[in-house]
Amino acid sequence: MDKILRIDMGAEGGPKVTVTPLGEYVGLGGRAMTSAIISKEVPPLCHPLSSENKLVIAPGMLSGTVAAMSGRLSVGCKSPLTGGIKESNSGGQAAQVIGRLGYAAIVLEGKPATEDLFKIVINKDGVKISVDNSLKMLPNYDLVAKMKTEFGDKISCISIGPAGEMKMNIASIACTDMELRPTRHAARGGVGAVMGSKGVKTIVLDDTGMTMRAPKDPEKFKDANKRFVDGLKQHPVSGQALPAFGTNVLTNILSEAGGYPTYNFKQGTFAGASKISGETMAELETKRGGMPTHGCHRGCVIRCSGVYNDKDGHYLTKQPEYETVWAHGGNCGIDDIDSIAMLDFLDDNFGVDTIEMGATIAVAMDAGIAKFGDAQAAINLVKEVGKGSHLGRILGGGAAVTGKVFGVERVPVVKGQAMPAYDPRAVKGVGVTYATSPMGADHTAGYAVATNILKVGGFVDPLVAEGQIELSRNLQIATAAIDSTGMCIFIAFAILDQPETFQALLDLLNAFYGLNLTGDGVVALGQKVLSMERDFNARAGFTSQQDRLPRYFSTESLAPHNVKFDVKDEDLDKVFNW
Amino acid sequence: MIRGEEFAPLPFFSPMHIKINLFATLRKDRFDTDQREYPTGTTVLAVLNDLVIPEGEAAIIFVNGKHAGPDHVMLDGDTLSIFPPIGGG
Repeated sequence: MDKILRIDMGAEGGPKVTVTPLGEYVGLGGRAMTSAIISKEVPPLCHPLSSENKLVIAPGMLSGTVAAMSGRLSVGCKSPLTGGIKESNSGGQAAQVIGRLGYAAIVLEGKPATEDLFKIVINKDGVKISVDNSLKMLPNYDLVAKMKTEFGDKISCISIGPAGEMKMNIASIACTDMELRPTRHAARGGVGAVMGSKGVKTIVLDDTGMTMRAPKDPEKFKDANKRFVDGLKQHPVSGQALPAFGTNVLTNILSEAGGYPTYNFKQGTFAGASKISGETMAELETKRGGMPTHGCHRGCVIRCSGVYNDKDGHYLTKQPEYETVWAHGGNCGIDDIDSIAMLDFLDDNFGVDTIEMGATIAVAMDAGIAKFGDAQAAINLVKEVGKGSHLGRILGGGAAVTGKVFGVERVPVVKGQAMPAYDPRAVKGVGVTYATSPMGADHTAGYAVATNILKVGGFVDPLVAEGQIELSRNLQIATAAIDSTGMCIFIAFAILDQPETFQALLDLLNAFYGLNLTGDGVVALGQKVLSMERDFNARAGFTSQQDRLPRYFSTESLAPHNVKFDVKDEDLDKVFNW
Repeated sequence: MIRGEEFAPLPFFSPMHIKINLFATLRKDRFDTDQREYPTGTTVLAVLNDLVIPEGEAAIIFVNGKHAGPDHVMLDGDTLSIFPPIGGG
């Protein structure tokens, strides 16, 4: 990972490949790399779909090594959804493969003058770019099947579906998993639309002939990795709960806690929660010959995913994540688990963000386009998006656009991005993260749910304003750092609770790079990343007024606890004071 | 002469009705949801003991949707929800 691959899609005579040394970006990875390049090289006032925007795809600092959990990929650009900087994060195989191919980042620049669709193939011999208009409007599963026929099954694919080609705000970038299924997505913020604007349908990766990245101190690295894995296995969340039930184990607890946004954020509990819960899903997956436990990339020891089969025992989709089940489930009043799994498949296949898609359908339901609880109507709406009908194009614009088009007053977005599966009135720490994250409403940016609800990393009462600013600040800093390492965010449960596991992570980085990084160094890295991102957003026109939740969260109470979001504006403005 | 009402149960002996919800691994060999009777003044810890749930396994406890500790005293009609350590996101 000592070079950056730049592809100018708008070069005269066709795409031009340049390989450059790391230069000022040396030592960066993942989110630190994407945000550094975007904040330095992209004019903040550019149109996100213009030739001036760049799409940066970066493996983390430890991706491509044997370190467990190091397979996260960061995708950065100026977001068409938020208008600010974006880092969208994905699992799957891509990060490991790009790391082993030696690239610290792949940067798509410029914009082709024609409507041609390009295919980029990267392997040990270099980079080949060709026009392949036969791929136009192929859904992700069909696209990957075609690539497999053409290049064999040792590849990994990064791709966009029809939504990305249509440059929709909700378009995702798919990454294939170990079974070459396009199930893992850099989904948030419309990164797929930016890839579409570059005319790139897929990047086919093949690391055959390459080796694992070698650490500076192999013995120390091996020892640190062992301690790291032991720590993850020893923690009850990463060692037991996540493998057994997946992320959807949260459905019941959020509904019990009164923080489960239901019917487009109208109430905090959902009567149908148990029917779509992780417990129910795991049982069903086992019964139908699927799998309740499955890793999204090689080297994952938590394995929080699974395989969801249909009623006839055939593969339908990967185990839908909690936020997906919520977005298409309780938030739309839908309690049919098979319909939710079908929606997950359609989202992956068309290439859209499951959170934004579900939140958008709920807003459309509020507008009377469909009835809450009508699963078939929800499926039909997603199909409209895939087809690109006029209605589908509106929905493909996301919750904020849909709310404006249909005159809906209550639209749960921050910086134009839909809130995920935790009501900020009843989980106030994550409300602070929604309001202030440079990414827009994003639970992963500072997952205060851990401390508010799950009692990981201590406990801060979710229903009171006190303590939430500091909690969100610390988590946003830690997350920005972890997102730069290539580590899955689910290592956080263990490193928050077990100092020795945090030390093992530091030792992994130090042994690999020959560093002497301490906890303070990790904090400094996280702060640096957030500062770059906030600086970009400020130059793009963002002020503290964008660091707010929609007004109705402060004026309308949420049942059953009858709580409002009451963290003061002046306190929200202190989140990034360090 | 002893009047009948003097034999009425004293308040602290009157049973409370508690709805108990268990989740994830705690359901194994127990139940998903159950309605049980306990004497007035029963604490969360006493219910955990009754259900043979070690305190460490009851990582997250809600009484009527609000976080509660083992010393919390239950009231008639309360809903007690108990979770093992879980996470996601």
